[in-house]
Amino acid sequence: MTPSSRVKTLTIDGRPVSARSGETILKVARENNIFIPTLCHMDGLSPVGACRLCLVEIKGSSKLVPACITSIFEGMEVSTKSEQLDKYRKMILALLFSERNHVCSVCVSNGHCELQTLAQTLGLEHVHVPYLYPVMDVDASHERFVSDHSRCVLCTRCVRVCEEIEGAHTWDIMGRGAEAKIISDLNQPWGFSESCTSCGKCVHVCPTGALFEAGKSTAEMTKRQFLPYLSLMRGEKND
Amino acid sequence: MTKLRLATTWLDGCSGCHMSFLDMDELLVDLAGQIEVVYGPLVDRKDVPEEIDIALVEGAVSSEHDLELVRKLRANSRILVSLGDCAVTSNVPAMRNHFPVKQVLECGYQQNADRNQSIPSDVIPALLPQTRPIHEYIPVDVFIPGCPPCAKAIHFALAALLKGETPDVHELTRFGA
Repeated sequence: MTPSSRVKTLTIDGRPVSARSGETILKVARENNIFIPTLCHMDGLSPVGACRLCLVEIKGSSKLVPACITSIFEGMEVSTKSEQLDKYRKMILALLFSERNHVCSVCVSNGHCELQTLAQTLGLEHVHVPYLYPVMDVDASHERFVSDHSRCVLCTRCVRVCEEIEGAHTWDIMGRGAEAKIISDLNQPWGFSESCTSCGKCVHVCPTGALFEAGKSTAEMTKRQFLPYLSLMRGEKND
Repeated sequence: MTKLRLATTWLDGCSGCHMSFLDMDELLVDLAGQIEVVYGPLVDRKDVPEEIDIALVEGAVSSEHDLELVRKLRANSRILVSLGDCAVTSNVPAMRNHFPVKQVLECGYQQNADRNQSIPSDVIPALLPQTRPIHEYIPVDVFIPGCPPCAKAIHFALAALLKGETPDVHELTRFGA
């Protein structure tokens, strides 16, 4: 351990744990096998705190904080489970499901989808807000990959992996709120993007069936897990 | 012991949830001693009876007839179960929601028809502007997602309801299952 690293002690769900100063609540929770749901987070990519599923309660604060971007402090008392958190997490999932067209039964990622799994894990068995059924594009112009905006949850993993790991920055976000949309280059069809290197990293970090390999049919799209290895390599190098 | 009165129906769905119901196989024999199927595609009865204990509703609400039927079932049932993804999420039937009804009918009855290219105006109930899940129209007591929910999930739910408990099926089934 380097002299600058300091150990902090805290409790998560009443369990005393210790971790290095500067670590996030999420990282410490995972190190201790405490489950906090996440959707936009991915090890190896910069955190954005966008999906809000990892909200946790901290004693002494009335504000809920996202575990993925909140650093620990000495004596912190974190709760990852409560009736309020459960309600809000289900609400977030319900809003995601209602905002686009997530037809799980015919989706390429059926059975391998993080949104679908979260709904099951958190016990969301129906969506209580009215579905919007927006008309969304499918972009099949790329030779190897397809994007289906009906399934996009705007987690921006594709944007971040493309910029931070591949260094191409093909993807970005256009518009705001529910109107926001993932675009390639200057909102031109993916297949005509000049910056895309066709590496496929975006496809494999996508938590849902929004980005998939061309030719995959219902439930056939499985995702490769390569970023954890990358972050491991980087971590070792930094030490 | 008096048998519980069970009604089943399918609205805008594919009957897959009913197939899954039949997939309970030998468990149906046990259930048969405890329930009486009083209405649905599995029995010959035209009108919705009174005093239903449990109603299983498969399919989304897509037409005027679906809406009338689901409202009647709700009014006559003690417990109403939203069975399967079409009932719970509106699923595949809602994929027509991106198009006006006129265009949907033209596509089905004219563009893709080899003969008798005409849109039926009677007998077949009129489509509503959109296909929507049943809980957007009526209160639902139990949700069983899945496309279709597996026989085990349906049995688990029915067994709990027969005991007077509220089933939690989330470990057995999910959206798209």
